[in-house]
Amino acid sequence: MFRPISDELRQATSHDGSPSVRAVGFTFDGRRMTARAGDTVAAALLVNGVAACRETPVSAARRGPYCLMGVCFDCLVVIDGVGNRQACLTPLREGMAVETQHGARDIGALERDE
Amino acid sequence: MSASEYNMTEPDSIVVGGGIVGASIAFGLARSGERVVLLDEGDVAFRASRGNFALVWVQSKGLALPPYAAWTQQSAREWHDLARILSDETGVDVAHSQPGGFTLCLSQKEVDARLDKLTRFHNRPDAPHFPYEILDHDEVKKRLPDIGDEVVGAVYSPLDGHANPLLLMRALHSYLGVKGGEYRPGHAVDAIAVEGDGFRLKGAWGELRAAKLILAAGLGNARLAPMVGLEAPVKPSRGQLIVTEKTSPFLCNPLVTIRQTNEGGVLIGDSKEEAGFENITGTGVLSIMAERAFRMFPKLRHLNVVRTWSALRVMSADGFPIYDQTHSGPPAFVTSCHSGITLAGVHAMTLAPTLSRSARLPEILAPFTPKRFHVPAH
Amino acid sequence: MKRIEDIGDLAVGYDLVIVGAGPAGLAAAAQASELGLATLIADENPAPGGQIYRAITTTPVKRHDVLGEAYWQGLGLAEALEASNCDYAPQTTVWSAELGRDETGKIAEPRSFTVGVSRAGKARLVQARRLILATGALERPFPVPGWTLPGVMTAGAAQIALKSSGLVPQGRTVLAGSGPLLLLLADQLKRAGADIVAVLDTTPSGNFKAALPLLPDFLRSPYAAYGLKLFARTRFSLPIRRNVLELRISGEECVERIAFTQSGRPVTIDCDQVLLHQGVIPNINMSNALGCGQHWDMSMHAWTPTVDEWFASSVPGIAIAGDGAGIAGAPSAAIRGRIAAIAAASAVGLLDATTRVRLAGPLQAEAARLSRGRSFIDTLYRPPGNVLRPADPATIICRCEEVCAGQIRDVVRQLHVQGPNQLKAYLRTGMGPCQGRMCGPTVIELIAEQRGVPVSDVGHYRLRTPVKPITLEEIASMPQSEAAKNAVMR
Repeated sequence: MFRPISDELRQATSHDGSPSVRAVGFTFDGRRMTARAGDTVAAALLVNGVAACRETPVSAARRGPYCLMGVCFDCLVVIDGVGNRQACLTPLREGMAVETQHGARDIGALERDE
Repeated sequence: MSASEYNMTEPDSIVVGGGIVGASIAFGLARSGERVVLLDEGDVAFRASRGNFALVWVQSKGLALPPYAAWTQQSAREWHDLARILSDETGVDVAHSQPGGFTLCLSQKEVDARLDKLTRFHNRPDAPHFPYEILDHDEVKKRLPDIGDEVVGAVYSPLDGHANPLLLMRALHSYLGVKGGEYRPGHAVDAIAVEGDGFRLKGAWGELRAAKLILAAGLGNARLAPMVGLEAPVKPSRGQLIVTEKTSPFLCNPLVTIRQTNEGGVLIGDSKEEAGFENITGTGVLSIMAERAFRMFPKLRHLNVVRTWSALRVMSADGFPIYDQTHSGPPAFVTSCHSGITLAGVHAMTLAPTLSRSARLPEILAPFTPKRFHVPAH
Repeated sequence: MKRIEDIGDLAVGYDLVIVGAGPAGLAAAAQASELGLATLIADENPAPGGQIYRAITTTPVKRHDVLGEAYWQGLGLAEALEASNCDYAPQTTVWSAELGRDETGKIAEPRSFTVGVSRAGKARLVQARRLILATGALERPFPVPGWTLPGVMTAGAAQIALKSSGLVPQGRTVLAGSGPLLLLLADQLKRAGADIVAVLDTTPSGNFKAALPLLPDFLRSPYAAYGLKLFARTRFSLPIRRNVLELRISGEECVERIAFTQSGRPVTIDCDQVLLHQGVIPNINMSNALGCGQHWDMSMHAWTPTVDEWFASSVPGIAIAGDGAGIAGAPSAAIRGRIAAIAAASAVGLLDATTRVRLAGPLQAEAARLSRGRSFIDTLYRPPGNVLRPADPATIICRCEEVCAGQIRDVVRQLHVQGPNQLKAYLRTGMGPCQGRMCGPTVIELIAEQRGVPVSDVGHYRLRTPVKPITLEEIASMPQSEAAKNAVMR
């Protein structure tokens, strides 16, 4: 799990002195969360204390973001009903519904998508 | 692997070609009590066995050549025993099932073409009849609820099935070890000499002698068969495949172009191009395959493709298998076909035991001699 | 620069398509458009920089000393891209490239590539006369028991979180492994406020002795001053433990502790986060899938695309610039990107041979200077056998298909497996969505070990497109020729 570094280290104020960090609201498995505008979904989960975001299709083992650069495919999540999205390559957007990816991608979920 | 890794110095028989065809025959020979060595190429080779679609398919096989239809049907029957023995002896479940297969058609023209072929086949007095149904959209929908509106109809046969080709390969190779045979990859064969009452095979790895030889080297048969006075005029035919990410189970029946594997991925095939020895993929063909797949099952539209590949089928001029044998000197056989998975049952359970018992091909294979290509030019 | 927000805004064709907007790609793009090449640079991330200069234009961490001056050097490259007139497509995946062919299937001359590009769920093809792959590096997989537990990440991942989102690990954090980044990151994270409870150094003590003859060369290198300063600063400020062996991470749902031996004595440390690192290796997935030749690089101990002095690969028209063609660091990657761009401009006829040599000469000298000291680093941080070939049979090697070291060793032995492609067929290693990026380097080590041959004899996965997953719908949106229809509908 991760936390933001201090404002002092970040120099996180804009020229007029107001905080430059805009918060974006989203849900993870129905829970309301916020993160910084500009974060990826993976970063948003990590800063909200979510370490595991999927269960593997092979053994249902819990996994979480590992490489954060798009090569390991361990941060797969369901975003707005679409399964197996790489959280580390997806920018967070207001109102996103992020869910744990349970095992293999649900073909039923694809139907809702049509 | 060093030479000392292997013990057998003069096996009863050598099978050249470690793909599904060669391994199925080696299985049958080993099961008949022979001491078998199975020679294979290295890590990178033309391997139809790793790239195939893995149907155990009856409904469209041999419609123009009834003995091929009969051979195929027999194989589908014998597959059950093959799968059971492999599971018992090696612990590998090759995921074989025979739930019946569909050929989905996206136009009436496609339905009519299939119906025409099937009718003509079943009207032949020598045809080994098999059960099939022509289904309209509604009937298909009852059996496969996920089909799209564009599916006009289907051909269904309860004899069609599928298996996991990679697990099959692992099981067959493992079985050989269980029965005291030896699977030797990295053993490409450069030369074969007829020597007294046997054969001497040579390669960069050394040499090996046996009294009986079976060539099952796929496209390599074209080069190897003439070394023992046989012929195997085969050429590559490229097939491209797509596999998707794993999904929840939605399709237990094999379709001629779509099947869900036991691991959950969806395989989409099967194109056919004459493209020489280049086993590359091309977006044009993949595009049509992908589009047809989700017109058949709209649910597939947004599924991720994780890999595409192509493999080279082993194709004779008329598309049917080639089986041939020597008529003098020590016994050598050649087997070339593009349906190694479908025919694994009969290769393992009938062909190999017959070769072991009588050192002759089964009578039913007489029509598959390569002499059929010796038609004088008009 | 024109920012491509919609795939439809791409041109039909470009002189040059660059894959990756790290230092090599950015420098190549700026150089190429300066020389008059119509250039597209496509990149998966939302902002330029690659991994080393990740989020250089968007990072919330504005105080320069947190990420360091070496990081902020990347800003110049991003500004050069901004000032150029090339097309920049962020959040865009290049998933294939095929050589154009005529009706008979022969490669058409002059050569051009049909490049598969995807953005926001939409795919299309663009034509490119030349390609520069600037796909960079990835961290060498470091499989230890428990490395798949949530809470275990790569050290690089933690650095990405810091650069792109201003985040540091929360709770007790352990870094483990070897390589120059390990110390650098531990220092960076500590100064950013992370609670670093241990830095477990797995570098074998013998490595330093082996590297010693190369030290003078390193001391003359541009990295020496920085490296020595870092070494001196962290020697007492960080809880470093050396000669660590037999790492084992465990916990119920997430990481709870890490166990290891040090000088033969077992130690356990409770922790909330483990960051693993074992150096970086070229990311060869795209070059391999496009058929570019590769060789085993003894110094890096990794498969590496084979390139000439212009960074041209074995496939005419495809160059590979930056760490994707051999690890030499960001400043070198930028230089190599520029050289590759000059070669591309020359190949399409915009530069004569004399001008090409005149422009590239000083850059080639600079690239040589920047590669100084590299062999010292490679030798010092060469991973030992116990790292490359995990002894514990239960260690997961293929994270996607969950295949363990013991299974791999057994099957290799029993079935005399020659190489990774055969193993893939038996055990599904490398068949998951990561396409072998996480398991390939270890799989070939284990095969080599069991066969008793050098790892260079074992080969590598034959990789295929799409290099990254795209949907069936995207593939279906590609043009369909009559010949292709005949190949499918029979």
